Amino acid sequence: MKHLTLAAASIIGATAALAETPVLTVYAYDSFVTEWGPGPAVEVAFEEICNCDLQFIGAGDGAALLARLKLDGARSDADIVLGLDTNLTAAAAETGLFAQHSVKADYALPIEWTDTTFVPFDWGYFAFVHNADATAPTDFKSLASSDSKIIIQDPRSSTPGLGLLLWVKSAYGDEAPAIWADLQDNIVTVTKGWSEAYGLFLDGEADLVLSYTTSPAYHLIAESDSSKAAASFDEGHYLQIEVAGKLASSDQPELADQFLEFMVSDAFQGIIPTTNWMYPSVTPAAGLPDGFETLLTPEKALLLPANDVPALREEALAEWLNALSN
Amino acid sequence: MAQRALQLSKWTGPIALFAVVGPILAALIAVGATAEGKLYLGPGDWAAIRFTLVQSFLSAAFSVALAIPAARALARRRFRGRSALITLMGAPFILPVIVAVFGLLTVFGRAGWVSSILGAVGLEPVSIYGLHGVVIAHVFFNLPLAVRLILQGWNDIPAERFRTAALLDFGPNAVFRIIEWPMLRKAVPGAFALIFAICLTSFAVALTLGGGPRATTIELAIYQAFRFDFDLGRAALLSIYQLGIAGCAAAIALLLIPLSFAEGGLNRPVQRWDTTPAWLDYVWLGLASAFLIVPLSAIVLSGLAGLPDVPISVWHSATASLYVAFISVVVLMILVLPLAAWMGSRKRSGIEAASLLGLAASPLMIGTGWFILINPVIDPQTVALPVTAFVNALMALPFAIRMLAPAVRSAIADHGQLAQSLNLPHVVIWRYVLWPRLRAPLGFSLGLAAALSVGDLGVIALFADPDRATLPLQMYRLMGAYRVDAAAGAALILLALAFTLFLLFDRWGRANADS
Repeated sequence: MKHLTLAAASIIGATAALAETPVLTVYAYDSFVTEWGPGPAVEVAFEEICNCDLQFIGAGDGAALLARLKLDGARSDADIVLGLDTNLTAAAAETGLFAQHSVKADYALPIEWTDTTFVPFDWGYFAFVHNADATAPTDFKSLASSDSKIIIQDPRSSTPGLGLLLWVKSAYGDEAPAIWADLQDNIVTVTKGWSEAYGLFLDGEADLVLSYTTSPAYHLIAESDSSKAAASFDEGHYLQIEVAGKLASSDQPELADQFLEFMVSDAFQGIIPTTNWMYPSVTPAAGLPDGFETLLTPEKALLLPANDVPALREEALAEWLNALSN
Repeated sequence: MAQRALQLSKWTGPIALFAVVGPILAALIAVGATAEGKLYLGPGDWAAIRFTLVQSFLSAAFSVALAIPAARALARRRFRGRSALITLMGAPFILPVIVAVFGLLTVFGRAGWVSSILGAVGLEPVSIYGLHGVVIAHVFFNLPLAVRLILQGWNDIPAERFRTAALLDFGPNAVFRIIEWPMLRKAVPGAFALIFAICLTSFAVALTLGGGPRATTIELAIYQAFRFDFDLGRAALLSIYQLGIAGCAAAIALLLIPLSFAEGGLNRPVQRWDTTPAWLDYVWLGLASAFLIVPLSAIVLSGLAGLPDVPISVWHSATASLYVAFISVVVLMILVLPLAAWMGSRKRSGIEAASLLGLAASPLMIGTGWFILINPVIDPQTVALPVTAFVNALMALPFAIRMLAPAVRSAIADHGQLAQSLNLPHVVIWRYVLWPRLRAPLGFSLGLAAALSVGDLGVIALFADPDRATLPLQMYRLMGAYRVDAAAGAALILLALAFTLFLLFDRWGRANADS
């Protein structure tokens, strides 16, 4: 009989110990949580200091994260949502699901950061990535008139897709529908998220893919392969600043705050450049990794103010749908 | 003494009917209330409606056009492996859509086999995304169906006609014009309309091979309204359009389709004397079977290579899928037995109405409706698996009724009067009169339902949260994350599950046949 009691006691002990470890749940986009993304390294680094269990959950691409959150509402298990960008922060804040933060940091962002709901963790320029040996277009018009095949992402589900929509809109304004109409025959497919698009490009399904100026760094640093390049566009390049926010419904608010603080610390920011392949929002002490100096630095950066996006997004999306469905 | 006809399941039948129609109507009402009478559609929505119609039309046209020569060849030729080929034509029915898409990508994708061959001779690779990819996948699924429907037409031509034609010295052209053409004029519109109706509610194919506003079906647009914008009103509105269009198409299909779908007889070709260019028949058969076999082989080959890369999450989701299939089969059995007995023993069977409902109801419409109903009460994600299972059972139900109700009808025609005059209790009638006759079609229906359910990628995509996934959804996620090897392994596991489940139930159904 004794061994049974002992077994029972050990089970009770184990569940008690388990219950003591608080769980911090973070919704992130898919490529963040994959084994080659920042997720695993961030998890190890944060769990060293938090005495908690950090759980990343991949929930589609960035823009789909917001829909997921609306779907969950206040019931959400998530404590933190990581992977929205400034094009979505206004819409996200409007849901009323997010809490304020008090994180302060010495940001290395191309703009001044004043948002009190969201904390930026990295940034980059959108760009079309191509094989370095092919001639690259120099602007949207030359891309549209070429035979080049491109893969883009859906602006309704993906932050790069939304970025491209606003890139064209902010560069061309009322002329944007005409640009899309001309681009239509270049588009092989429109994917749900960045991962699918980039995978298809690497598999040879297209000549160019919408990604970032920092994407070639991945091939250069991780694979010692200099065959990929980002095309420099004369219109300028649209910026993306990726952010995370704490949910008001979180049952671990202190841990969530701790995570946001951790996010702008050296431990987190040092992981970003060579796993998420973006510029860190706070330059780590060790600086940027070798190879990043070879990347294209656009002369002109485009970015719409976060609060102007919702109205413009609606207009641009209707134009995009209209042009691409013919 | 005039006796009233034997009526079975007088109470349980209508109750089961209510259990089927109730939830569907509830979904429809929820959808209607949410759409709030706004019938305005945006440009993207119109494009989705247009694309849905165009791809369905092309899919049906190609399936039928390719099926005619293949069915003709099958009807005219006897060769070794003929019955194996006809059996193989049944494979796409139980093949999970996502698995088939994976096989087609391996063969027709830009980096696939066909493109490599084209590249070797200096031609441009083909791309499978967009309209033609969707149509290729639909033809893959529906060509075998079209062949079987049209072959049935050929087999229904009495052998005496061909005999007479031979006596009159008809050439192949005359045989075609006088004997075969009138049959085709009856069989082809039905096959076309049925495939058209089936393709209207296509979701998984469009999700994986479509893309962008140009290649979005209504079903996919419902999903996008849900998952991209969380716009329930628009999802509901699109659902109403879906129901209207699919309902009309299904009604037309049922009017056009020939009523007799007798089992058997497919293996006994009529003797023919007009079979001149034999090679042409074999070319058609070779092409049609290659179109089926090559993607299937691709799944098996790449799957075996990918099995070591399969992550543990795939096995978790396989368990979830088995759970869904199990619930689905149980629900189907509980619903279909009283319904089939009730319908089969009534004067007017209502089988056609059931079929209509099955073809017209879109899983995502029902899913949207239930989501709207469930959401205020509990977290819909916690019931993702049971809801998926129930919708799958509903989708399999019309087919199962079509299989079982005629069996009930003939059993009652043969033994009903005797049973009634002996005043046998219904339990005894069920046990000794119905059960032996229902077991085979029931096993077949349950097998089909289990296979469909284990491989379904539909409602689960609306309800699932990142933690919960069925195997098809997990496989789709692996494909999206570009883990091709793991996805290939998952595809093979899913294929094996679907076929094993089907065979298990089907064999269980037939096990009784000898005793």
